[in-house]
Order: sequence, then structure tokens, then C-alpha cells
Amino acid sequence: MIQLRYFASLRETLGVGDEQLELPEGVSDVASLVRWLQSRGEVWDTALSDRRLHVAINQSVVKPDTPVNDGDEVAWFPPVTGG
Amino acid sequence: MIRVQTEDFDPGSELEQLRDRCAGRAGAVVSFVGLVRDLNAGEVIREMMLEHYPGMTEQALADIEQEARQRWELADAIIIHRVGPLTPNDRIVFVAAASPHREAAFRACEYLIDTLKTRAPFWKKETTPGGVRWVEGD
Repeated sequence: MIQLRYFASLRETLGVGDEQLELPEGVSDVASLVRWLQSRGEVWDTALSDRRLHVAINQSVVKPDTPVNDGDEVAWFPPVTGG
Repeated sequence: MIRVQTEDFDPGSELEQLRDRCAGRAGAVVSFVGLVRDLNAGEVIREMMLEHYPGMTEQALADIEQEARQRWELADAIIIHRVGPLTPNDRIVFVAAASPHREAAFRACEYLIDTLKTRAPFWKKETTPGGVRWVEGD
């Protein structure tokens, strides 16, 4: 299983904050996981196409070619606005 | 020292505790308090909601504190950031750096708040008379 999390405006756009799923067939890295999620429909396709989004695996920011492994927590979020 | 909390903080009390912890090792303390403004991007702000990524936020703040300690000689450092609902004039964030000398304290304090604003996973959502909107980051 992998744990997926979405934050802030992205969570509201997608209508989901977190979910668990079996690592899909053919998904090996962040980029392929994004493509798999985008195939869910137009809302997912558009929202995850935003190049400003950050991705973290197990709470560290990663790049599209970072591998995704069973047990990982993968999170997407917009640019941060704290402080 | 890192804290993420919904409740308010008392900058005076935090600085007194920092002074106690330093026990003579600090010659300079520089602090920064961030407040909620009543106007942003031309609109009146009625309320602000601060969301964060529990766990990752604390780790990011701890990393930033550690980086500051590696770059400057610090006797102590504090980062406190609030989450949840806030209204104008509320305190959002408190940062302090204590060092033997003032230049390091100034530079470290600036580094802590500037880096926090670009790396720590917090997101602001504002309520204005026109509705609710997420603050856009860079």
C-alpha cells in the first residue's frame, strides 16, 4: 500500500485529503504515479498538471524521477505561504 | 527550539526563557514577530486559516534551525509558528536567534524567517468580504 496526501488548495480542488492504494501496475516513480492519477479524470489531470506543485515522499521534497516504493507516503502541495 | 501550535505565544516570556537557557553565552538576541495584517492584495482580511503538514512541518523547521546553527555561532534559536484560525493583529510566527555577537544574531534571525517562508509547509487561506481564497505562493 502507498499513502497519498493532498494539501491546501489542491485538497479542495480534488475533494480528497488522503487515501491509501495498492501501488498501481507500472508505477515506479513520481512521474508515473502522477500520470496514473491524472487518468482518473479531467479534474485530476488539470490539477496535477500544475508545474508549481511540490511533491514529498516520506515528508522530504523529491523530484519526478524519484522512485516510489510500497509503504511510501507521497504528498502533493502548492507553494508554501507560511510566516 | 521548534514549536507548532494553535495557541498564542508570549514573545517576552519566550525571550526570558531563551536568556535563561543561554546562561551568559549570548551577547546578542535578535527576534522577529510576524502578525496577521488586515489588508492583503487590496482586500480586507476578516480571518485567516493556517494549514500545515504535521510531521513534515516540524522536520522542516528543525532542519532550518540546524542549518542556522551550522552557519553562525548560536547560543540558542527559537521558531514558533501558529496554525488554525487567526484574525488581524494576531501573532503568527516568532523567531529568535541568540549569539555571542550581534551580527550573527541578526543574520541568523533573518535566515530563519526567510527560509521558513520558502520551505516550511504552511498554507494561508484568507476570508475577505468577497469570499475565501488561498494565498498564492511563489
